[in-house]
Amino acid sequence: MSRLKVKKTYKLYIGGKFPRSESGRTHALLDKKGDVIANIAKASKKDLRNTVVATRKAQAGWQGASPHLKGQILYRLAEMLEGRKAQFISVLKESGMSEKSAIKEVEKSVDALVYYAGWSDKFQAIYSSVNPVSSPHYNFSAPVPTGIVGVVLDDKAGLYGIVSQMAPVIVGGNSTLLVVPSKWATVAMELAEVIHTSDVPGGVVNVLTGELPDMVPTLSGHMDVNAVAVCSSDNELRKSVRELGAENVKRVVFRDNSKGNLSPYPIMDFQEIKTTWHPVG
Amino acid sequence: MYDFINGNEYAPAPESTAIVNIKKKYGLYIGGKWVDAQGKKTFETINPANQQVLSKVADASKADVDAAVKAARKAFEGEWSSISGAERGKYLYRIARILQERSREFAVLESMDGGKPIRESRDIDIPLVAAHFFYYAGWADKLDFAFPGAGIGGQKVKPVGVVGQVIPWNFPLMMAAWKIAPALASGNTVVLKPAETTSLTALLLAEVIEEAGVPAGVVNIVTGAGDTGKFVVGHPDVNKVAFTGSTCVGKHILKSVAGTDKSYTLELGGKAAHIIMDDAAIDQAVEGIVNGIFFNQGHVCCAGSRLLVQEGVADKVVKKLQKRMETLIVGNPLDKNTDIGAINSKEQLAKIKSLVKTATKEGATVWQPGTSVPRKGNFYPPTLILDCAQSHTVVQEEIFGPVLTIQTFRTVNEAVEKANNTQYGLSGGVWSDKGAKVFKLTDNVKAGIMWANTYNAFDPASPFGGFKESGIGREGGLHGLYPYVKFNA
Repeated sequence: MSRLKVKKTYKLYIGGKFPRSESGRTHALLDKKGDVIANIAKASKKDLRNTVVATRKAQAGWQGASPHLKGQILYRLAEMLEGRKAQFISVLKESGMSEKSAIKEVEKSVDALVYYAGWSDKFQAIYSSVNPVSSPHYNFSAPVPTGIVGVVLDDKAGLYGIVSQMAPVIVGGNSTLLVVPSKWATVAMELAEVIHTSDVPGGVVNVLTGELPDMVPTLSGHMDVNAVAVCSSDNELRKSVRELGAENVKRVVFRDNSKGNLSPYPIMDFQEIKTTWHPVG
Repeated sequence: MYDFINGNEYAPAPESTAIVNIKKKYGLYIGGKWVDAQGKKTFETINPANQQVLSKVADASKADVDAAVKAARKAFEGEWSSISGAERGKYLYRIARILQERSREFAVLESMDGGKPIRESRDIDIPLVAAHFFYYAGWADKLDFAFPGAGIGGQKVKPVGVVGQVIPWNFPLMMAAWKIAPALASGNTVVLKPAETTSLTALLLAEVIEEAGVPAGVVNIVTGAGDTGKFVVGHPDVNKVAFTGSTCVGKHILKSVAGTDKSYTLELGGKAAHIIMDDAAIDQAVEGIVNGIFFNQGHVCCAGSRLLVQEGVADKVVKKLQKRMETLIVGNPLDKNTDIGAINSKEQLAKIKSLVKTATKEGATVWQPGTSVPRKGNFYPPTLILDCAQSHTVVQEEIFGPVLTIQTFRTVNEAVEKANNTQYGLSGGVWSDKGAKVFKLTDNVKAGIMWANTYNAFDPASPFGGFKESGIGREGGLHGLYPYVKFNA
C-alpha cells in the first residue's frame, strides 16, 4: 500500500504567527487538472486591520535595528530561500509554472535578496547630503523610513514579484503587509516560513492571502498605513488606492511586476528625507 | 536701562512706497504676452493693513488656463527643449540678478500686497528668492551628476514636461521661486497660479522673466482663486502638479489626480512641536520660540506652534516669553520697526479668532500682551494658550496665526510622544545643550525639517518638505530636483 501524502495547511502570517483568517473563510486552490492543491486562507478586512496593528508594533524596533543587522537578515533570507530551492520549484510548478521558469524564478529571487542585503548600509550614504547653507549652520539631509508600507501584488506576481517588491521596502527600515492574491498564496506562505526562520522580527513582514477586493480598500483607506506599492497595471485598482489613500496623504507608488530592474530607487520610494539644522559657533 | 514694557515709543520709520509702480490692472502672462482674462473678469487685490484696493487682477477661466497650458506645451516641445542646460541656467542666472537689482521694489510690493513686515520681506523673503534662482541656475547643466545610477544603460535624465503649480499667500514670491527655479533648471515649462490675495509679486516676477528674455511660454502666470487652481491641477495636458497650501486642499488634489499619470509634490500644513529641555540656553530658546511662532504673523506652515517645555523650567520660560512678547510691535507692515504685520485676509483673521475662542471654550487659558494693535486693518496680537491638553482643538489644528499653545512634559520620551501625536510631520524644534539629547529628539520626532538650537532657518541648498499629512516630496537642495525629472534606473 502506498503511503498517503501529508498535505500542508496554508494559513496567514501576522505578527510572527500563523493564524487562520478570523473569518474562517478559505478558498480551494486548484491545479491544472482541477485537483485541490490547498484550502488557502481568505483574509478579511478585520484580518487586515489586525495586521496593521501588529505591523505598527514591530516598526520602531525594525527601524532602530542597525543597518548591518538588516543586511545580515536579508542575506539570511537569501540563504534560507536557496536551501529550500527544490520545495519552491515544486510549489511554483503546482501554481502553473514550467520547471525551467520555476528554477529561474527561485534563483532570481535569491539573487534579489542578496542584492538588497548589500544596500542596507549604503543607500543612506548615496542619497543623503551635507547641505552647503549660507548661514552659520551645520545642515544635513538623510533618508529615514516612511513607516508601514502595504504591497499589493496581482496575478502576475510569482515568487520574484513578491520578493523583489518586499526586499527594498524592508531593507529601508519599513515594515510591510504583503497582500497576495490566491493564485500565489501557497508560494507566499512558503516564503512566510522562510521569513519566519530568518531572524526577521515578528510583524516586520506580514502575509495576507485571499481576494484583493476584500483587502485592498481597507489597506488603502487605513489611517495608520503610510504607503502602498501597487504592483499591478490595473488602472481601476491604481486609481482607487490613490483615492482612498488621499485621506492620510499616503505615498502610493505604482510598480510593474513584469519589470525586474534591481535598483536602489525602489528603496527610496519609501524613504522620507529628514533635514537637521544646528548652529555652528 | 530702557523700559521696553512701558516706554514703548518708537518713532515711525516707514519704508517709502515710491519705488513701486502698481498698475491699475494686471492681465495674465501667457505665451510671453499680457492678456486679459477671457470674458474680462477681474478681482480686486487689497492691502490687508489698511483695506485699500491696490489693483485689479485678471480672473483666469478654464479657457485661459487651457491657453496657458497650450503655450507651456508649445514651449516645452519647441524652443525650450532645444536649448542646452548651460543656456537654460544662464536665463535663471539673469532672473536672479534682476531680482537682486530690483529687490527693494519687490520687498515693498510684497509687504503692501501680503501684509508681512518690511524687515522680513526685505531681509529674508526677497534675498532667498534671488538666491533660490541663483542656486538652481547652477544645476541646469549638471543634472547628470545629481542622480546616482541614472545614466546606467545610457539612460538620460529628462524633464517631466508641463508643470502646473499652485502656491499660497504666506510667502508669495518665495513660493513662486521654489516652484519655478527647479522646474526650469530641469528643463520643464510652467503654469503657475499665485494665491488670489497675493498676485502682485508673481506678476512682477513675470515682468522680470520677460526682461530676462526667457522664451515665450516657458513660464505662464494665471491669476485667480480656487477654481483657477482646480483648472491648473485638473488640466489633462499637465504632467506634474506642485502644490503648496493646506492639507485639506492637498487631499482634494490627491483624489483629483488619482486616475491620471500625473506626478505630484505637495507641501501641506504643519503643527510643529518646539521642544525646550531644562538644560537649554533659556534666553536663546525664548528668542527661538518668538522667531518660531511670530515670524510672518505665524502664517508659516513650519511655524513652531506647539511649545513643549520641560516641567522644571516651564514657569521660567513662560515668564521670559511673556516679557519678551510685551516688546513685540504689531502694526504697519511697511514700518521698519514692525515685528508682526497684518493678517493676510479677513477670512484668515476670522479663522484665528474663532480658533482662539474654541481654546477658551475647551478650558485653556488665553494670554495676550498689553501691546497696542491697530484698529483698522487685519491685525491680531501675539497670543499664548496655556493649560492645553493634547486633545484640544488648538493643539491639533493648524491655526496659521501668531498663536502659540504651551504644554509641559517630564521626560524625553514624553516630549517625543507629544510631538508626534498629530497628523502632521513638517518640522520641529529642539533646544538643549546636550548633543546626545538633541540627536535623540531630532531622530525621533517624525518631521522633515528639524531645527536644533535654532528655528525657521531656510536656505536654497536645504531640502524642505514633510512626513505624514504634511506632504509628499521635497523642495530645495539636491533633493528638490527629483520631482522635476524622470529617468529609468
